Amino acid sequence: MRHSRPDTRGPALFAMSASPVISFDEVGTSFDGLRTLDAVSFAVREREFIAVVGPSGAGKTTLLRLINGLAEPSDGSVRVEGEDVRAADPIALRRRIGYVFQNIGLFPHMTVAENIAITPRLLAWDAATRAARADELLGLVRLDPKRYRNRFPHQLSGGERQRVGIARALAARPRIMLMDEPFGALDPLTRDALSRDFRELHDALGLTTVMITHDALEAVLLADRILVLRDGKLIADATPRALLGADADPRTPPLDPYVRELMQTPRRQAERLQHLTAGRPA
Amino acid sequence: MNEFDQRLAEALARLPEYLGGHIRVSMTALALGIALSIPLALVSVRRPAFRAIVLALSGVVQTIPGLALLALFYPLLLGLAALSQRALGVSFSALGFVPAVLALALYSLLPVLRNAVTGLGGIDPAVEEAALGVGMTRRQTLWLVELPLALPVVMAGVRTAAVWVIGTATLSTPIGQPSLGNYIFAGLQTQNWVFVLFGCVAAALLALVFDQLLALIETGLQTRRRLRTALGGAGIALIVIGALIPAWSRPAARYLVGAKTFSESYILAALIEQRLSAAGLAAARREGLGSGVILDALAGNEIDVYVDYTGTIWANQLHREDVKPRDEVMGAVTAWLKERRGITVLGGLGFENAYALAVPKKRAEALGLRSIADLAKAAPRLTIAADYEFFSRPEWAAIRDTYGLAFRTQREMQPEFMYPAVAAGDVDVIAAYTSEGRIAQYDLVVLDDPKHAIPPYDAILLAAPRDAQDRGLVEALQPLVGAIDVSLMRAANLRATAAGEAASSPEAVARWLWEEIERRKTAPK
Repeated sequence: MRHSRPDTRGPALFAMSASPVISFDEVGTSFDGLRTLDAVSFAVREREFIAVVGPSGAGKTTLLRLINGLAEPSDGSVRVEGEDVRAADPIALRRRIGYVFQNIGLFPHMTVAENIAITPRLLAWDAATRAARADELLGLVRLDPKRYRNRFPHQLSGGERQRVGIARALAARPRIMLMDEPFGALDPLTRDALSRDFRELHDALGLTTVMITHDALEAVLLADRILVLRDGKLIADATPRALLGADADPRTPPLDPYVRELMQTPRRQAERLQHLTAGRPA
Repeated sequence: MNEFDQRLAEALARLPEYLGGHIRVSMTALALGIALSIPLALVSVRRPAFRAIVLALSGVVQTIPGLALLALFYPLLLGLAALSQRALGVSFSALGFVPAVLALALYSLLPVLRNAVTGLGGIDPAVEEAALGVGMTRRQTLWLVELPLALPVVMAGVRTAAVWVIGTATLSTPIGQPSLGNYIFAGLQTQNWVFVLFGCVAAALLALVFDQLLALIETGLQTRRRLRTALGGAGIALIVIGALIPAWSRPAARYLVGAKTFSESYILAALIEQRLSAAGLAAARREGLGSGVILDALAGNEIDVYVDYTGTIWANQLHREDVKPRDEVMGAVTAWLKERRGITVLGGLGFENAYALAVPKKRAEALGLRSIADLAKAAPRLTIAADYEFFSRPEWAAIRDTYGLAFRTQREMQPEFMYPAVAAGDVDVIAAYTSEGRIAQYDLVVLDDPKHAIPPYDAILLAAPRDAQDRGLVEALQPLVGAIDVSLMRAANLRATAAGEAASSPEAVARWLWEEIERRKTAPK
């Protein structure tokens, strides 16, 4: 159980000095003549957990897809582990980056174990190694291998499916995880349990994660750093504390009104909750 | 043995050949159809314009009646075969198997194609996205995700196609491919309803069995039960292998005797086959050939010998609309066939089977009809019936224009049904055949043709170009030349239509006919 965490941790500190794992330099994209991303620049350090928030249509999914070559920048450059994505082999790139979708996208004709071991299969791992890896990952995402490995996706609950989705993304031991609203369609209890479990996996496996969410509270509670996108522009890039106004640093420019409004939500929710629990006798 | 048992036994005796031919042609066509439509579906799934064109074209093919589609392929292939003979020195048989397979394969395109397009197009976009996201190449996405997911829908299309193809393959008989349709065509012509029923039931059973085997494969693949898939596959493999065995073990006959799709033609083909066999020549019959196909087949050495009629060739091949005396027509046809098609006329059989307008005797008396000329006045109140060809033949145009005939209605029907129809008064006049036994049976009179509008129709024995110098063949068939007069042929035709008699099969009638020929030869004139 990990209820609170220090803002600075050993590995993160160590990674500070290394070159960024993912970097965007003045990246722009257009779709049907419309600007979907505009001059977006940021860098993600090793073992960082980044949350990307913003309204629908802000370009969050495009930003994610640029990282594994599912979309291409029209301006600027995207680098992953130092390599320009446009120059990289997109297939090889995707095989070393884990990707979790909101719609999960499990292959309905494959068992749980086959779904999990799909990228290892594409990488030509032998069958025994793949089976062992699938069992290991089922354990990691807290599903009993014996009970789950031979089931088909339609025999699982929503939460179980997303656990398998995460296991599949982790199968080929990626160092980078991309997650597109992974917990969006889950009920609150499952969502809470799964997101905390994933944050633990992120730390334990030393992953670098970029996660899209439209839930500011989720972003605040999970991420090391939050990027706020609006109309294709990056309008904030800071730690949760900074965005919540806890670090009133006079040197930083004032927050964008949208960001301030966005960040009010978790704060207001926390205050109301506190009021409720304090105001009534136990 | 009663008549039913005997006909059933006869039908069963032919089952290996017809069923084998049916399975070979329909399975090859189905395999070809699948092999064509899956790649087409793959190419078109991401190209909406191409997809629309391909689906529309295969839809159009579907609307062509099966018989017409099959018949269209024959002249097409005949041309191709001639072309390849000239260009590459390689010739292939344009009769039977090849055109039937091609036409049926086209027929099977639509269901497989449409289902494959639907199946491939209906895949959840989230799954497609996931396939990309886990790092699959295009090809891997196709093989690991798209095809397995589309498979149930594709298999449903394959099942539909299999049932269609097996059903439509019965129509490959007229282009010379033996199939279960041989029962149906022969049965209809010789009023052998046991044959008709036997052919229909056999084709339906075959379709049912294949459908169930494919269903077994389908559910096996879907539920991943290997045993089911294997059982279904083994069943189909077994049937196909079984269908191939007769093709291996049956000695290929050197001489093929052709027969058109009517009873007289069946009898004469049986007679010719029996004569060749008696002379020690290995012969077999190709029955139920369309009359548009059979002469080309002979000229192309696809068959060796058959009986045609001078008037048919005069009108359809020489495109003559004038009417000349019998000898002159015979001479012109013989010369033309030799010169233009390399076909040898071995001789006339001795009778004519001309078209003739026939009316029930009582009705003729009531209306005061003696000749076609008398008919002109009454015609606007009368209905005429004829076979499917007659009204589009030049002979009809000649009769109509010569006598100024304009009937109230013209009806086309199966020749077998014409006679009872006119006898019962459902129609007033029929275009009968002069050698038809039922003219006497139904008490009809043949109207005179005082202006000689109907050309002579001498039955002539034709031999293929490759057999022109074949003394064995010529000698074996020589006894038939001039040996059958019209009364003998009528009697033979009548025997063939006499339902309820065991001896009415074309073979039995042919044997009887030969005995009669022999008897008449030895008997003093």
